[in-house]
Amino acid sequence: MSQHIETAEQAKQDSTYLEALKELLFQLGDDDLIISFRGSEWLGLAPHIEEDVAYSSITQNTMGHAAMYYNLLDELGVGKADVLAHDRIPKQRRNGTYLEKRNGEGTYLEEPYYDWALAVVRNYLYEVFKKIKLEAIANSSYQPLAFVARKVLMEHPYHLAHWKLWMEQLQSATDESKKRINERVQEAWKEFEDVLELGPLANDMRSKQLIAIGEEEMKERWLEEVKSVLVDVPDSPLEKKYGNGRNGEHTTDLNQALDILSEVYASDKAAIW
Amino acid sequence: MYNYVEDGDSKTTAYVESDKEKYEAFMARIEAGEKIEADDWMPDDYRIALIKLISMHGISEIMGALPEKEWVPKAPTLRRKLGIMAKVQDEMGHGQLLLRVAEDLMKPLGKNRESLMKDLLNGDLKFHNVFHMPTKTWADAGMVGWLVDGAAIISQTNMLDASYGPYQRALQRICQEEVFHAQHGESIIMALAEGNEYQRSILQESLNRWWPSLLMFFGPASAETTGSSKQDIMIKYKIRKSNNEELRQAFLSKYMPRVFALGLTVPDETIRYDEKEEKWIYKQPDWEEFKQIIRNKGPRSKERLRLREIAYENNSWVREALATKAVTV
Repeated sequence: MSQHIETAEQAKQDSTYLEALKELLFQLGDDDLIISFRGSEWLGLAPHIEEDVAYSSITQNTMGHAAMYYNLLDELGVGKADVLAHDRIPKQRRNGTYLEKRNGEGTYLEEPYYDWALAVVRNYLYEVFKKIKLEAIANSSYQPLAFVARKVLMEHPYHLAHWKLWMEQLQSATDESKKRINERVQEAWKEFEDVLELGPLANDMRSKQLIAIGEEEMKERWLEEVKSVLVDVPDSPLEKKYGNGRNGEHTTDLNQALDILSEVYASDKAAIW
Repeated sequence: MYNYVEDGDSKTTAYVESDKEKYEAFMARIEAGEKIEADDWMPDDYRIALIKLISMHGISEIMGALPEKEWVPKAPTLRRKLGIMAKVQDEMGHGQLLLRVAEDLMKPLGKNRESLMKDLLNGDLKFHNVFHMPTKTWADAGMVGWLVDGAAIISQTNMLDASYGPYQRALQRICQEEVFHAQHGESIIMALAEGNEYQRSILQESLNRWWPSLLMFFGPASAETTGSSKQDIMIKYKIRKSNNEELRQAFLSKYMPRVFALGLTVPDETIRYDEKEEKWIYKQPDWEEFKQIIRNKGPRSKERLRLREIAYENNSWVREALATKAVTV
């Protein structure tokens, strides 16, 4: 039976529905927030100026997407969007662990030996995943979410095209660039799996038609698409070396990110900034 | 954001004797308000002055992203995060736009963007004094938008009718965007000014910290101060209209009333508007310090240059990869 939930008030009538919806929104918002944060650390450090302009545009859009999901949570009475973004401990966060990984050695303020191969591989793998997930919620039973997904899908092709072009260029250029990309792909294979998962309420998300496909299909579609671009596809299965971010398991890299992104916010939580 | 700062260099003559007619025709064109384009004949000192001006402007936009960038990941709300991301992205975009203009001018001299980056790293290409300064609190992110970009608007709108077409056109867009930046900065400042005691205190401290840099922003009033000045040539060739002091006076007239209206003070008890002389009387900043700052001996000069140096060296493998055949999509 197809459902159409038009408003937050309606969603709150069914606690199973509400919990699954919240979980899904946290996954979407937290993924975009953390990958956008890692992108914002790159600002001013990209390989050339044109890329700095492009990457910061993508990063800004992505932060805007995160804000939309947190606003949907706000409407559901979970908390203010700014509080949700800045003031939740790692255990409450639902982003995939691979997305929180540091950009490289150093910090964004001092000696940032960031790795462009990681930026390219991570963003490419993420944007492919994001497309598949968004398409699967574009007809979500929760109408406000379906609306946001369709809106994000309008910007998304440009983001994906950008990173795909980088992948193709670097995989077909010098021996060094091929090697660097391949090493990061091999690494991603051991860390990316939880990004493709839906967490403990996956079954409810499916049965309540919040999302059109389950984890297995998400993985299949993702693999199919990335295999068309990756020159060297790892033969090992995907793993989640750092645990399952969908269950609130995270690395210390997330703590480092949260300390920075909430530094000013936390200096006075009651203040209006 | 930016203003032209003289850094002392060799004299270039305008033209060789055989080009006298061309020179006169050129002067007649700019006197008539015509715009000079990249491929037009131009006097050597005009080209050199433009290259210095525009490459410094462009590189200052890029170096200027670095102090603000310190606050991008830290911005205290989602809206502020989005605002400052968009703002700093604009600045990088201005840098790109301007470096393209400078590249066309440098082409006959056999120089390109690579040369600009190298000149920046080896200290030959200066960047604006304000971007050598540290940021310490979120208030500085607001102050850069409000008063540093406010100062930039004053100096850049002064060149909106510049005789060099490609620069003049780039400035139209840049100035429009800078107005948004100043509003973005003002919005941060207003929130702090209307905020709690802590917020007001970081705001006042920030203004105190930036005050000398803001006065220095427009450069010294005369060449005697720093040993050289391009003011005269800039005005002669109709690149800009006003001199440094006139621009500084315009800045003070626009912003001092706003500063006082917010209940803020500046660290100069002597500052006042003299009705008779029709100008602001203020304590001169330390111009010796200014000279040191633009010679990359400012408080954060080394660190900011280091960031660009790391970005440049650390990504050299990417540039090599891009130099190979292009991928077609």
